[in-house]
Amino acid sequence: MSPAPSKLLNRRAATARILRDRGDALVVTGLGNSTFDVAAAGDTPLNFYLWGAMGGAAMVGLGLALAQPQRRVLVFTGDGEMMMGLGSLATVSVEKPDNLAIIVLDNEHYAETGMQPGHTGRGVDLVGIALAAGFADAVTIRSEQELEARAPKLLAARGPLFTVIKVATDPTPTALPPRDGPYLRSRFREAVLGVDAHR
Amino acid sequence: MLTCVRSAVTGVARSSPAAELPDRNANSYQRMSASWPQHIFHELQAARIRQVAYVPDAGHSQLIQLCHADAGMRSVSLTTEEEGVAMLAGAWLGGDRGVLLLQSSGVGNCINMLSLNQECRIPLLALVAMRGEWGEFNPWQIPMGKSAQAALEGAGAYVYRADAPADVAENVRAAAILAFQSCRAVAVLIGQRVIGTKHFTK
Repeated sequence: MSPAPSKLLNRRAATARILRDRGDALVVTGLGNSTFDVAAAGDTPLNFYLWGAMGGAAMVGLGLALAQPQRRVLVFTGDGEMMMGLGSLATVSVEKPDNLAIIVLDNEHYAETGMQPGHTGRGVDLVGIALAAGFADAVTIRSEQELEARAPKLLAARGPLFTVIKVATDPTPTALPPRDGPYLRSRFREAVLGVDAHR
Repeated sequence: MLTCVRSAVTGVARSSPAAELPDRNANSYQRMSASWPQHIFHELQAARIRQVAYVPDAGHSQLIQLCHADAGMRSVSLTTEEEGVAMLAGAWLGGDRGVLLLQSSGVGNCINMLSLNQECRIPLLALVAMRGEWGEFNPWQIPMGKSAQAALEGAGAYVYRADAPADVAENVRAAAILAFQSCRAVAVLIGQRVIGTKHFTK
């Protein structure tokens, strides 16, 4: 079914590459491995991790991008989480936030729940859906070279950007960030808003 | 009979194209008070609402128009209501206050997404135009009309009800304070008796 793992990108390495030059970019993660991948690349108050709310990552990113138009906003999520929020691709496309990039780490499986096959390994093309929804810039990344070319664009090119990165299902080391909701939201708001976070 | 079915289909504003704003004169609600949507709008301005997320509903059509016309508000048409719960959580994380406008039939769509608000104590202000209660003709509206309040409360939200036009604004004001100053999810149910009973036969 899936190509040999050795030919696919490693999700941790791909995430770390994109975030290497993030500067003050804000990051929202979809539940599960995407949250762990971003945490493994370096926990910071500028990360807001979803540990639930499946299907909501792209829309949390949209609201944040509209509220902080001067900041870059990156959403990292998985193919299953993105499938649950397909309508949000239409909403994001209509609103056209130029500071938002959505990155789907696509292993074509529900890795957290027993590695059940997902839709994207069985003919569903997320990039095709994004393009049909109106995204002007939506691509699939399959190699190191493509990732190197795409990574700087994710932080600087005019959004909204939609990027699917095909990744392996290889096991990854445990990397659990904080999961206490009030802590995560308060430290994020303080980091973004300063003293206004408490007004 | 055919005419009745056709007008019922076109009359349900939730399914109207998002690109076109509902025409306030096109809805078939009766007994619509001219002022209560404007009063809500003024409360939203006073509460410094910056993002408005909505699934179109005839009961909210005037308010949606007012919000779209306000340069200080970003109004976003959703494909489904839970998108708005997530979007407004992101908005608040970035310093913007928001409001979700929906119909009672959309409340059920929001339930799991409200875990964002309950677990993270992120504010949510939601204004729910009720269907499926006072004088409802469409039986398919009854289930969520009946269960909207219990569903919201079960998901951790606080619920206020306005059943007279004069009660709407003060409920919205109190809900905004509870939401944004006490960091809670708060919904105001605007009763069908306020909005008016919908008629489909012309």
